[in-house]
Amino acid sequence: MNPLSKISELFSYHFMVNAYAAGTIVAVCAGAIGWFMVLRRQTFAGHTLAVIGFPGASAAVFLGLSVSTGYFVSCIGGAVIIGLLPRGTTGETRVAESAVIGTIQAFALAAGVLFVNLYQGFLNGVTSLLFGSFLGITNTQVVVLGAVCGLATVALAAIARPLLFASVDADVASARGVPVQSLSVAFLVLLGAAVAAASQITGSLLVFAVLVMPAAAAQRLTNNPRRSLVISIAIAVVITWLGLYAAYVSSYPVGFYLTSIGFVIYLLAIGSEYLRSHRPLRTSSIRAHR
Amino acid sequence: MTEPFHGISHMLAIPFMDHALLAGGLIALASGVVGYFLVLRNQVFTGDALSHVAFTGALGALALGVDLHLGLYLGCITIAVVMAVLSRRGITDDVTIGNIFSFVLGLGTFFLAYYATHQIGGTDATAGVSVLFGSILGLSSSQTTFDVFVALAVIIAIVIIGRPLLFASIDSAVAEARGMPVRALGVVFLVLVGVTAGEATQAVGALLLLGLLATPAGAAQRLTTHPYTAMSFSAVIALASVWIGLCLSYAQPVLPPSFSILAIATSIYLGSWAISAWRSRVRGSGKTARSTYTSLR
Repeated sequence: MNPLSKISELFSYHFMVNAYAAGTIVAVCAGAIGWFMVLRRQTFAGHTLAVIGFPGASAAVFLGLSVSTGYFVSCIGGAVIIGLLPRGTTGETRVAESAVIGTIQAFALAAGVLFVNLYQGFLNGVTSLLFGSFLGITNTQVVVLGAVCGLATVALAAIARPLLFASVDADVASARGVPVQSLSVAFLVLLGAAVAAASQITGSLLVFAVLVMPAAAAQRLTNNPRRSLVISIAIAVVITWLGLYAAYVSSYPVGFYLTSIGFVIYLLAIGSEYLRSHRPLRTSSIRAHR
Repeated sequence: MTEPFHGISHMLAIPFMDHALLAGGLIALASGVVGYFLVLRNQVFTGDALSHVAFTGALGALALGVDLHLGLYLGCITIAVVMAVLSRRGITDDVTIGNIFSFVLGLGTFFLAYYATHQIGGTDATAGVSVLFGSILGLSSSQTTFDVFVALAVIIAIVIIGRPLLFASIDSAVAEARGMPVRALGVVFLVLVGVTAGEATQAVGALLLLGLLATPAGAAQRLTTHPYTAMSFSAVIALASVWIGLCLSYAQPVLPPSFSILAIATSIYLGSWAISAWRSRVRGSGKTARSTYTSLR
């Protein structure tokens, strides 16, 4: 009954240690990359990449490869393709673009269903691919996650300043010689890596628990970009730790706890913003902090 | 396989195939028409969010021990109204939608686990999967009748509000200036989207809704900029996807019906893309739904 003894019991299980290690790695990476995704208003693209991960993972299972490989290959591959698609600038082409993305999503999920159908006796696997599972994270998976997330975070740090500039004011940035187009492709690839990593904990459909919710809350709490980025990472880590703990002590799925805790934090952030009548992160404040 | 017509008459002799073709066909027509406006109004992401709500609504109903369809429609319509209220001028911020739908979907997994562990009214282990990916081959005859009526109601409603909705979607500022209830139209439209989403969940599953809502509409809008022609194309493409897809799955049972339907819809989309690319090379583009609409008025 003592929560502290429960915690020490939890870490005596190897699978929980792996779950916490993988969860923390993923949370740090997703909290940071998600912050930029929310700032750039690319949540729809993030969701599409996550959905593309599902057929990747189920195809990997069908072919006898590791689930990790399936997620990383399909999400990063999808990111490269989406990044290289010609981008519309006018309203009319953007509308067509959203239909394209919707079509890609639906077809990706349908292809996932096909692989699941081809691989008989995989019915329970479907829900864990879609809604996450913290059981059965192997040592190799932790190492792979650590390597990929580490690389992605370092790469993000390297491009963070010009990316921030390009995200906030693309026109001025490109006039000053910032390579806006290649930055946006590079960012999508990083996003693909983060989504693939997050999918392995939260499942394809609930990646927003660590990608969007922490960032959306953090951007409501402060106008200072650096502080808000750090808060986003911290919230992502808190969500993951609490979610894993709750899933461990109860019988309900981890995805449910991750999204609920994230949503509560998001609502609290809206509430505190309302109380302080703070304005959300804006272009002007980022300019002021540059 | 040597005699396709023989195969088709065989297929039509099976009651569940008849149900699937009838209900699926009408659901497709309704989705095609509603989807046209969804794409035109740039609300595809809203449709996407609704598809997640459909899952949670259905499993919430199962967990509470009530009829799955009640939860499906109630969930979709409620969230559609909530999103309409949240948004200004009917277009909701995608970060807010993302937050809400992730939470709702997480709740759905809770209901799924609750339903699975508490054995409510003869637990069906595949309930979650069939809500997610559709169960069109499992429609009963009463369910088919109900679906047909709901789909017809949606189509009639769209026919009634079609003209003002088109105006409000293409040029909301002018429509508002002329005293049209732009906001109310947006709410009514989202309710219709909610109903359609609830229905289409049975056909292709909650997760694949966009395949019926966005894909045919997107293809139609590549083929023509004329609003009413595009709307009819969208409905016909959706219908063709469902019917051909069902036949394909009947001929090749290893293919799940949802996959076949989406594969056909996606192929049609790719075809329309190729046609529009070829056409714009031949005679240049420049016409848009807006300019065509303005020239028609």
